[in-house]
Amino acid sequence: MTHGLTDAQFIDKVASFLWPYYIVLALMNGVAALYLWRTGQMKTWFSLPVPGSGKSVPISNVVAWVVAAVGFVLLAAFAGNSNVSWMPSMPLSWQEAINQASGPVMYSLGTTVGLIVLFIFRRFFVTPAIAWTIWNLMLLFLGLSMTDRDFFEIIAKPDNVPIVMLVLLLSFFTWLATYRAVINDDRMDRGEPPLEKLDNEKVLVWPDLVYTELICMIALTAFLIFWAIALPAPLEEPASSVKTPNPSKAPWYFLGLQEMLVYFDPWMAGIVLPVTVVIGLMAIPYLDFNREGNGYYTIKQRKFSYIVFQFGFLEMWITLIVLGTLLRGPNWNFFGPYEQWDAHKVEALANVNLSEWFWRDLLGKSLPTAPAGSNLPTQIGFIGLREWLGIALVLGYFIALPPIMALTVFRRYYQKMGFIRFMLMANLLLLMASLPIKMVLRWVVQLKYLIAIPEFFLNF
Amino acid sequence: MPGLGETIRESQIWKSIFRHPMPVDRRNRIVVMLTNFFLHLHPVSIKKQGIALSYTWCMGGVTFFLFLVETVTGVLLMFYYRPTVEWAYADIQMLRDVHSLGILREIHRWGAHAMVITVWLHMYRVFLTGSYKPPREFNWVVGVLLLLLTLLLSFTGYLLPWDQLAVWAITVGSNMARAHPFLGHEGPGQQLLTVGGVDMITNASDARFALLGAREVGEETLNRFYILHCIAIPLGVALLLAIHFWRVRKDGGISGPL
Repeated sequence: MTHGLTDAQFIDKVASFLWPYYIVLALMNGVAALYLWRTGQMKTWFSLPVPGSGKSVPISNVVAWVVAAVGFVLLAAFAGNSNVSWMPSMPLSWQEAINQASGPVMYSLGTTVGLIVLFIFRRFFVTPAIAWTIWNLMLLFLGLSMTDRDFFEIIAKPDNVPIVMLVLLLSFFTWLATYRAVINDDRMDRGEPPLEKLDNEKVLVWPDLVYTELICMIALTAFLIFWAIALPAPLEEPASSVKTPNPSKAPWYFLGLQEMLVYFDPWMAGIVLPVTVVIGLMAIPYLDFNREGNGYYTIKQRKFSYIVFQFGFLEMWITLIVLGTLLRGPNWNFFGPYEQWDAHKVEALANVNLSEWFWRDLLGKSLPTAPAGSNLPTQIGFIGLREWLGIALVLGYFIALPPIMALTVFRRYYQKMGFIRFMLMANLLLLMASLPIKMVLRWVVQLKYLIAIPEFFLNF
Repeated sequence: MPGLGETIRESQIWKSIFRHPMPVDRRNRIVVMLTNFFLHLHPVSIKKQGIALSYTWCMGGVTFFLFLVETVTGVLLMFYYRPTVEWAYADIQMLRDVHSLGILREIHRWGAHAMVITVWLHMYRVFLTGSYKPPREFNWVVGVLLLLLTLLLSFTGYLLPWDQLAVWAITVGSNMARAHPFLGHEGPGQQLLTVGGVDMITNASDARFALLGAREVGEETLNRFYILHCIAIPLGVALLLAIHFWRVRKDGGISGPL
C-alpha cells in the first residue's frame, strides 16, 4: 500500500488523514465539554492556586475537556503542517519497547489480566471521567502510531479497518452496559428497581419509535456513503493458484479460528470447536436456570453466566481475532505492532508431543512401533500403547472431571440442572477451557499434542 | 379551493392506498400502525424504556437495515457481474474504473463488514440484558442461526471478486473442511468409511469437495458460492428474519424488567 513511497511522501499521505482525525477528536471533546456545561453536570475536581495572588482557579471536568480539545487542535496543526519533522508520533524508544515486550504469551496474558482488572475495578473504570480519559488515550495512541509505516500498513489495510471499528465500538458498548449494570446493582442493593423499570409509561410507536428508526436509517446511509467514498474496496491481483500469499488469511471474522490452528489441528480448530461454539450459544437459554437479570443490565445477579460469556466473547473470540489479523505475519509468526513483516523471520519450533516426552525423555526408550507389515488391530494396539498417557489424560478430562465438578464446586448447579443439562454445560465449559489450557501448556512446556496419532489424522 | 396536498389526499387513488387520514391525532396514529403493511410488524404502543437507545443500542434494527442495503446493492451489482473465472475479476475492475455507480461495490462490501459487527453487538446486548431468558429462549436460537447465516453470506461473498485476497481467504477457510471428522479426506476417522477396501472419503467426495464443487477453488466453486450468496442463503435469512420478528412480538415484545 505504501510501497514505492519515500518517507516524506508516506508522512504526507498519513498527514492528510491525521489532521482531520485530530480535528474530529478535538470536536468530540469540545462537544463533551459543551454538553456537560449546558446540562449542569459541571464538577470541580480541584482548585489550582495562582501563585502570588492568593486566588485559585477551579479545574472542572468542563475545563479539562476543553484543554483536551485544544490539545487535539494543536496536534492537528502539527500534523497538517508541511514540515515533516513536526509530525506528532509515538517516540521510537516506546515503539521499540512495545515491540520487544509483545509476543503471543504477553499479548494473551496482558489482555486477560487487563480484562480481569477492568472487571474487578469496574466501579472505578465506568466513572464517566475515567472512561472518557481512556477513550481519548486509545484514540490518541491510534493517531500517534499511524505515523509508523508498519503499523499503518496493517491498520489501514481496507479489510482491517472494520476491526478497528469493532474494537472501538465494543469498548464503547461494553462501557455503556457496565455503567448501567453498576448503577442497577447499586439500586437493587438498596431495594430500588433497576433503571429500566423507571420509564414504564407507554408511548405510541408512531411517532416515537418510527421516527427514531427513520433517523437511524438516514444516519446509517450517510455513514455508509461516506465510508464508501473515503475508502475504496480492496482489489488485489487476479487470482492465481500458483502464487500463494504469505500469510494466507481467512476473512477477519474467522481469524480467531485460524489462530487456534497454532494450538489445535484443523479438525478441532476448524470443525469441532466452531460447531461447539454454535451449539453452546444455542444452548445458553436452556442451561442458564437463573431467572434473575431478565430485561435489564446487571452483573451481580448473574455473575457466573456473565463471566463465562465475556471470557468466551471478549477473550476467546475478539482478542484472538485482533491477534490473528493485526499481529500475525508471514508464516504465522508473531510481529509487534511496529515491527516489519519480515518473511525470513525464524522462530525456533521445538515442540514435543506428550508421548515423545514420556517414552523418550522420561523412560529413555524409543517410541513403541508396530512391526512392519503388521495388520490393523496390531497397529492400533501399538498406537494405543504409545499414546496411553495422553488418551488417559484427555478421557479423564472430559469423562471424569464433570462428575467431580458436580460433586464439588458445581454442587448447587448440578442439583438445579439435573444430569443431562449439567453434563452438557460441563462439557461445553471444558471444551472452551481446553484452548487456554493448551495455550499455557505450549508456552510453559512446549507441548505440541497430548495425543499424536498422525496415522489417523487424530492429533489433540 | 383545496390545496394540492389536500386534493391528492382526497383522491380515490390515495385513499385506496392509505385507508385512513394522516396520523396526526391519537386515533389515526394507532390506525396507521394497524393498517400499514410495513409498520404492522410494530406494536401500537410500547414502554418508553423499550425504545431507549441506551438500552437497545438499536443494533438489531441496524442489522436489518444493513441486510436491506445489501439486498438492494447486491441486486444492482448482479447486473454488472458475471460469475465466471473468465469475467469475474474484469467485471469488478470495471466497477472500480468504468461504471459511474461503481461505489455500489464499496457500499456492499463495507455494509457486509458492518453487518457482521452489528450482529455481534446485537447479540452482545441481548446477552447482557438477559433477554434470552424465558419466554424468549427460542428466539435466541433463531438469532444464533441468523448469526451463522450472516457469516456464511459474508464468507461466500468474499470469493466473488476473484482476486488473490478472495481466492486464498476461501482456500484457507475451506481447507478446514478437509479435516472434518469422518467426512474430510484428512480428518480423523475417514479410514473407517471404506467399502471392500476402497475409501469412500477421498479428496473428490469429502466435505470440502461438497463445499467447493471441485478439488480446488475454481470455476465450480465460484458458481456454487455465487448461487449460495445471491439466492440460497438470503432466502434462508429472509425466512428466519420473519420468524425472528414475529417471535419478538409473540414473546411479549422487547424485553424489560418484569
